[in-house]
Amino acid sequence: MVEANRCLNCFDAPCTAACPTHIDVPRFIKKIASGNVAGSARSILEANVLAGSCARVCPVEVLCEGSCVMHHRAEKPIMIGRLQRYAMDNFYERGLQIPVRQRPELPLRVACIGGGPASLACAAELRQAGVQVTVFDKRDLAGGLNTYGVAEYKLRVSESLREVEAIQATGVEILQREVGCEDLAAFEREFDAIFLGVGLGEMHRLRIPGGETGVMDALDLIAGYKTGEILSVGRTVAVIGCGNTAIDAAVASKRLGADEVHIVYRRGPEEMSAFGFEYEHALQEGVKFLWWRQPIALEAGTLICAATSINEAGDLVVGDMRTELAAEVVVPAIGQSPLAEWLSSVKGIQFAKGRVVVDRATGATSHAKYFAGGDCVNGGREVVDAVADGKRAARGITAALGVMEVAHG
Amino acid sequence: MASLKTTFAGIECINPFWLASAPPTNCGEQIMRAFDAGWGGAVWKTIGEPITNVSSRYSSVDWAGQRMMGLNNIELISDRPIEVNLAEIAEVKRRYPKHAVIASLMVESRRDVWHEMVKRAEDAGSDGLELNFGCPHGMSERGMGSAVGQVPEYAQMITEWVKEVACTPVLVKLTPNITDIRVVARAAKLGGADALSAINTINSITGIDLDTFTPRPNVDGKSSHGGYCGPAVKPIALNMVQSVMADPASALPMSAIGGIGTWRDAAEFLLVGAGTVQVCTAVMHYGYRIVEDMIDGLSQWMDEKGFATLDDFRGLSLPRVTEWKHLNLNYKIVAQIDESLCIGCDLCHIACWDGAHQCIHTDRVTGPVDGHVEVHRKPMEAVHATMNSIAVTRIPKMDPPAVSPGLYKAPLARIPRVDETECVGCNLCSLVCPVEDCITMKEVPAGLAPETWEERTAKLGIVEQC
Repeated sequence: MVEANRCLNCFDAPCTAACPTHIDVPRFIKKIASGNVAGSARSILEANVLAGSCARVCPVEVLCEGSCVMHHRAEKPIMIGRLQRYAMDNFYERGLQIPVRQRPELPLRVACIGGGPASLACAAELRQAGVQVTVFDKRDLAGGLNTYGVAEYKLRVSESLREVEAIQATGVEILQREVGCEDLAAFEREFDAIFLGVGLGEMHRLRIPGGETGVMDALDLIAGYKTGEILSVGRTVAVIGCGNTAIDAAVASKRLGADEVHIVYRRGPEEMSAFGFEYEHALQEGVKFLWWRQPIALEAGTLICAATSINEAGDLVVGDMRTELAAEVVVPAIGQSPLAEWLSSVKGIQFAKGRVVVDRATGATSHAKYFAGGDCVNGGREVVDAVADGKRAARGITAALGVMEVAHG
Repeated sequence: MASLKTTFAGIECINPFWLASAPPTNCGEQIMRAFDAGWGGAVWKTIGEPITNVSSRYSSVDWAGQRMMGLNNIELISDRPIEVNLAEIAEVKRRYPKHAVIASLMVESRRDVWHEMVKRAEDAGSDGLELNFGCPHGMSERGMGSAVGQVPEYAQMITEWVKEVACTPVLVKLTPNITDIRVVARAAKLGGADALSAINTINSITGIDLDTFTPRPNVDGKSSHGGYCGPAVKPIALNMVQSVMADPASALPMSAIGGIGTWRDAAEFLLVGAGTVQVCTAVMHYGYRIVEDMIDGLSQWMDEKGFATLDDFRGLSLPRVTEWKHLNLNYKIVAQIDESLCIGCDLCHIACWDGAHQCIHTDRVTGPVDGHVEVHRKPMEAVHATMNSIAVTRIPKMDPPAVSPGLYKAPLARIPRVDETECVGCNLCSLVCPVEDCITMKEVPAGLAPETWEERTAKLGIVEQC
């Protein structure tokens, strides 16, 4: 309450502009201040149906809180993430439902392929417009990376699933069913539009000698830790790569009882794609960092790394110096490969660098029936970016299908 | 070092800071601790036939996270026997002869009863008497307190009864729960009062519990209107004290009361003519210790201003309060925004558009579209543009900075611009701005001689009709 009162209630607020889903931040914060916590959560959900997850996993330092005007007067930014989490937890703990807008039921059917944030956001938005939506998800539980891929200490499985259930309660059908390339022709006949929110494919393999055994992909490790299927990971772990997933995997390894966890990165700290606060967090958890090293072989629990450097031409070169690192388990976290094979079966969809090419404002692909969003379009970004993509695509779809805009509220 | 000594209606005071008649002056033990803390005087919790109080008694108004912006009470006068209070007055005066002890009195509206009470209070050694004609709750239902203070004839009559026997200065405490406080002030003066104190608390209901539908404070499912005080009432008190002190038929030495909690508040009341000030709510909130900075801060300010005594600045602001018709219509100020201080909250922009005169725009980047007919982007158009914009989470390695660092702290697009030709100089933007000194009001020469409404209408031969 004190924090909610501290918010200046900026007009056309920078925090709202910075949020990819444009949650009206001052509006929800002042509702908390007035004691209207349920209304606060509803106003958040209007903009972002996965706001509970986002409140936990968003890198608020570079989004809403990063743009808070308090920075300009040398004060701490408003704790927007914490306030949003408070409102959303209150909403779910009270068993409240996502309000369904008044609108006519439309004789339109849309398939959303993929059960992750982009697809769920697209489906929820379409449902609000009166469209009949079916989400097809190939895993056992819906929610995509929210359920399986975000570190457990940030977002528990149950917190992801309660959002999925709330979306289902608005009338979105979710089927745990894999969609094969061969199904698409039938889908094109059956549905008025198809949204692709399939994410990315497998993680890149570590192509080194000896890399066939003792290797566990970072997303499998995180998912196994979250779902309780993996209970220990060995005493020594080397995580390869230094993005946010690498950090999550390294911290998960620590929490699974590993004594020594190293993050091995072929460049220096200024080049890492992990956010600064994630890096700090890993340090606090006791994760060690080995910069300027590239794995070249794995031999019976020992990872052999070569020193790297940047030459005069600015290229990364591998030197002669070798370092040996004890690693019972090696965890590559060097990015996911696109689902190129699967996606290429959809004829008429344009790709670039393994990503589906879309019109950013509408999510429209080069095929009139297909729309897309999330990691398969942006190459792998935050949950909130996927939600924003899904939401824009839903509006793109309703516009393409000739649905009149329904006013909010 | 400036002297805070003062003589109030004949009462010698080591400083002008008195405790008002209220819970902080309930008993001698409290008052002696207050004197040790630095208070110059105390008006005893009103003495009269002991009453029975209810529980609960207080309720408050919080504002934006601040506790007790205003306090309300339904407590009555002292619940202790008269003789106990008087014995303690004697004890306090024996131990603290240089401190002012004023007995606040309220008894049945009978001449003999008042005479008796006055004599006993003076025999106990009080330095003065304050007649409580202001208490707005409970006692008024029994024909006392504000029931007296709201009828000028009663107030004058009782003041006369008291003056018939009183040897010490008599202060009449005025109620604000009346259309024109000067009417009773004049009656008190006619009755022979030596001084006034104002204001007593204002009738109030602070709020209603939205679960039980019972107003606060809750007394077994019911409540009663109480007396409102604290920081919220200061502007009302300041106006009432000023109006009394500016009226020759009312003006007497004034012990000012109402939302005083700091030396700044005290200085303001002294500037409109008060002789001493009385404090209650701030002490109920923070304890007697607040007087230390009231003394220190007021002395420091007086030194800076070159005032050696309180008399040097007492009443200085009185001539600066005037009727509206005497204000200069040709005085013009406009708002100026210091771009280097602006944090880009745009509160001035929306306040000006929705609450004032539509002259603060967010067009520094797009440029003004000021022409024969002014065209400005309306506030909601900006919001719609934001809501339809595409934002992504920036990954430092992959994405360029969202906003290139500009000349100022805030992005130029968020620093509003004042259209000075349209600005009416209302002050609103400077009031809502959360950054000190970011928006200031600058005088612009109107090129016209000063002219008041009265002068203008006189010139035009217009006779005001009401």
